[in-house]
Amino acid sequence: MKQLMTGNEAAALAAKMAKPQVVAAYPITPQTSIAEKLASYVARGELASRYIKVESETSALAACMGGSLAGARVFTATSSQGLALMHELLHWASGARLPVIIVDVNRSMAAPWSLGVDHNDSLSQRDTGCIQIYCETAQEALDNVLIAFKLAEKVLLPTMVCLDGFYLSHYSEPVDIPEQADVDRFLPRRKAKYRMDPNDPFTFGGGVSPQVLFGLRKRIQSDMDSALDCFRQICTQFFRYFKRRYRAVESFEIKGKDIALVTNGTLSGTVRAFVEQNGKEKGVGLVKMRLFRPFPKGEFKKAIKGLKKLVVIDRNLSPGSGGIFSQEIRSAIYGIEAALPIVSVIGGLGGVDVSIEDLDRLVDRIREGGDLQDETIWMEA
Amino acid sequence: MAKVRVKEELVYPGSFACPGCGLMMAFRHVLRVLGRNTAVVTTAGCGSVVAGSYPQTISKVPFFHCSFGTAASTAAGLKAGYDMMGKRSINVLAWAGDGGTFDIGLQSLSGAAERNEDIIYVCYDNEAYMNTGVQRSSGTPMGAWTTTTPRESLEDRPKKKMAAIMAAHEIPYIATASVSYPEDLDRKIRKAKGIKGFRFIHIIVPCPTGWLYPASETVRLGREAVLSRIFPLFEIMAGKKYRLSPMGAKTPVREYLVSQGRFKGLSEKDISLIQEKVDEYWSELEELAARSRESHS
Repeated sequence: MKQLMTGNEAAALAAKMAKPQVVAAYPITPQTSIAEKLASYVARGELASRYIKVESETSALAACMGGSLAGARVFTATSSQGLALMHELLHWASGARLPVIIVDVNRSMAAPWSLGVDHNDSLSQRDTGCIQIYCETAQEALDNVLIAFKLAEKVLLPTMVCLDGFYLSHYSEPVDIPEQADVDRFLPRRKAKYRMDPNDPFTFGGGVSPQVLFGLRKRIQSDMDSALDCFRQICTQFFRYFKRRYRAVESFEIKGKDIALVTNGTLSGTVRAFVEQNGKEKGVGLVKMRLFRPFPKGEFKKAIKGLKKLVVIDRNLSPGSGGIFSQEIRSAIYGIEAALPIVSVIGGLGGVDVSIEDLDRLVDRIREGGDLQDETIWMEA
Repeated sequence: MAKVRVKEELVYPGSFACPGCGLMMAFRHVLRVLGRNTAVVTTAGCGSVVAGSYPQTISKVPFFHCSFGTAASTAAGLKAGYDMMGKRSINVLAWAGDGGTFDIGLQSLSGAAERNEDIIYVCYDNEAYMNTGVQRSSGTPMGAWTTTTPRESLEDRPKKKMAAIMAAHEIPYIATASVSYPEDLDRKIRKAKGIKGFRFIHIIVPCPTGWLYPASETVRLGREAVLSRIFPLFEIMAGKKYRLSPMGAKTPVREYLVSQGRFKGLSEKDISLIQEKVDEYWSELEELAARSRESHS
């Protein structure tokens, strides 16, 4: 059944269908409507969950971690400063191997205040050990949340689903709503192998020797690596139930093209429309990054075979370095035979719109501009 | 003193605590009363360090080391998880020091108390950041030396009145306790265990390392703190009804102060100022207790 809904409504609906037993959230624009929607699901008895209306995002994540320690399925959502406030506990959740699900509705970081989207909030959490999945559409918001629960509980790492603020969180699109029975089969109740059980008591998270810590960190890395396979398998299962196919890296009309625009989030939708309109004429296709952590190096390398140049559009900025996806991609493809030239573009910070016309001009400039590898192109409004 | 039969010890021997540590005494008492069907969440602090390093632990019940500022919210989430999974009978204990309670954890504590989360929150108060080597907290009493209130500039602010802050949240049960009054402590924990909602127990735990006194004096100092009324024992029901606990006759605070190196160098004037503050707080409490008796009789 298709229904018109916003990205936030789709994410909240997915969270409801996943039946988390503990939900904790704190209001922040543009996430708030998720917190509101879940409150109304719980209040109306449509979701059997304890909704903890916490006094901060730190406590939101702490409460979710507590619930997860009891063996429950848990969910929270936030944005921007709220996610930054969770930062300490994101490390804690991954270190304690607690599969907390977080929806981050991306919004630029203060100062100054801005409500618009960029990805600096979530990308600042890059090194916490939290899985990151990005969404292009409201349908993906719903689907990625369901996939995230399954993935997190399989690999025992916190997992974040990122939605672009306003462009995705507040615009309505038709969304295919899955049957609850199918969701229940795809995502059965969580069976926690490790939990706080007075009948089988353990101490969690106490002091360890440097050697033990080293080993646990290495274990997170190997589990992140295995998360790539898990993601692939879960997406295959997802397709079986819901007939929508997802990959960590997705390419669109790159056959016979020499340039790919590489994007994540809603920018992928604009690039997709541009490629549909002018792709043939301009010789341009789309490569979309759904997963950021773990970084799907292998799939990325496969996806870009045959291309002559990559144009990475980053809706983020690591001051002193540049675009974060562009850096990650350079690192991923470094050393492969005839490494592709990469043009790094910063666009859409603070929610600045990137239009089809902007993309048209960008590609013309790159076609004319020769080697732009050492420059960053700023798509300013 | 009546003989107390210890039912079951839920703390293993061999903790990392200093000799004479008041906190270890408190933890054993609290767990003994709460029993095996309990799960503990503890913040950074002495309570976390003394619990031992992997693969050792002092706890026979499930024990989670949470972040410094989130004892109350982590415990609330744990309890919510248990409730939703049909394990309503498990007692959830948040175990935090004065730093984790008065300072960095105050926000999450206030949030959980205001929501009346169904947990028992126990603050073991050794009146400074002892685990990091004796730095002042807002639980440090006036006139005390710490490494951040050195001799040249001793703590000049009164100890934060945690019980009053908690009372303002109108939670079902608040109590202060001392490890030197074990029957009183046991009774209060037992009472808290039987109440639903947010319960806050504030235990003074003398610390030889940070208070600078011989380890053999812990019990005496825990008693002097109460007798002098610098740390009086009382209960607050529903944030309003105050009841003083049996403590013995009030003594001058001087004896308590001069027994500890951290108060060395206080002038007579300082001591009388502290005495004034203690008397003032004590008469406030007596008044609150008297008013509670009248309005409930």
